[in-house]
Amino acid sequence: MADLYTVNKSPFEKNSLEAVIRFSTEGAAILMLEDGVYGATKGTVVESMITGAENKKFYALGSDLKARGIAEDRVIDGVELVDYAGFVDLVEANEKVQAWL
Amino acid sequence: MKLAIQVNEGPYQHQASDSAYHFTKAALEKGHEVFRVFFYHDGVLNSTRLTTPPQDDRHIVNRWTELAEQHDLDLVVCVAAAQRRGIVDDGEAERNGKDATNIAPKFRISGLGQLVEAAIQSDRLVVFGD
Amino acid sequence: MSEVKNFMYLNRRAPYGTIYAWESLEVVLIGAAFDQKVSLMFVDDGVYQLVKGSDTSTSDMKNFMPTYRTLGDYGVRHMYVDQASLAARGLTADDLIQVEWEDWETEEEIDNIVEVVDADSVAKLMSESDVVFSF
Repeated sequence: MADLYTVNKSPFEKNSLEAVIRFSTEGAAILMLEDGVYGATKGTVVESMITGAENKKFYALGSDLKARGIAEDRVIDGVELVDYAGFVDLVEANEKVQAWL
Repeated sequence: MKLAIQVNEGPYQHQASDSAYHFTKAALEKGHEVFRVFFYHDGVLNSTRLTTPPQDDRHIVNRWTELAEQHDLDLVVCVAAAQRRGIVDDGEAERNGKDATNIAPKFRISGLGQLVEAAIQSDRLVVFGD
Repeated sequence: MSEVKNFMYLNRRAPYGTIYAWESLEVVLIGAAFDQKVSLMFVDDGVYQLVKGSDTSTSDMKNFMPTYRTLGDYGVRHMYVDQASLAARGLTADDLIQVEWEDWETEEEIDNIVEVVDADSVAKLMSESDVVFSF
């Protein structure tokens, strides 16, 4: 089992997403929520951080994407959308949670 | 799974309390146990019953109180952080000579040890902050 | 799960600009009473928390830097600093405070528990801990 890492900052505001990708171990689950979901959108200058990350699985909180007007087809391929119940499941499925605020 | 939840930010200013609330609710609905929700930093501001948001918005404080009433949740407000930010219950009012209290129902003020204990007792600590 | 857990305090914020560094230090101090295995990790702007020479005499803020030097007495066994975060800020280990540690029972002494580590070590240490506190 690996860890779940949460990121709630826009990657254009703070380096939390980059830090999580750098400091997470193989098999990491990385959940973007709140302003963190901006990191999950296609066509940004930071998109390659996600598409280029190996052995890590990315998730984004659907309700936070929706609130920000980000349609599902704008989300980077391979990023899985979850609701709060899915968030809970991720917490349970991983060894612990690291919040990179 | 037994969960400890930490909330580091105040209501409305930051989404952290909303996220923590929805996460906690979803965990309870799935049958998990929430050992404690601990409010720290500006998160202690989630516990003032004097909060009066506009009627067309969610009432973050009451929402926590109601969730705690439904599920017998332990909502703990850090005493040191609360004192700095003017969150007062009967005990604190007496100890510090204050002329009023403002703590909302189902919240209690206690020490930081409650956070550490929650982290020890629970299977997972989930932190919501800025 | 064993009785004693490996606690990791993740520090990614500079001191003074916000209260997070000070209030998270308060948790470490209180947490000492619980006899867990405690480590602190300083990454990103968190490394500024350990920089020497803080003087708050003209800013009327509480200077909490001396408290870091006492952490060895509060059961903190390791204070890790991310090498890349230091370098990115033009800092080296020489710019950081030193924190002594002594086991009162065994009289084992360590001159300085502040240790600069690389990114792989940060990832490994974080993943090996049981609980991560973030502020």
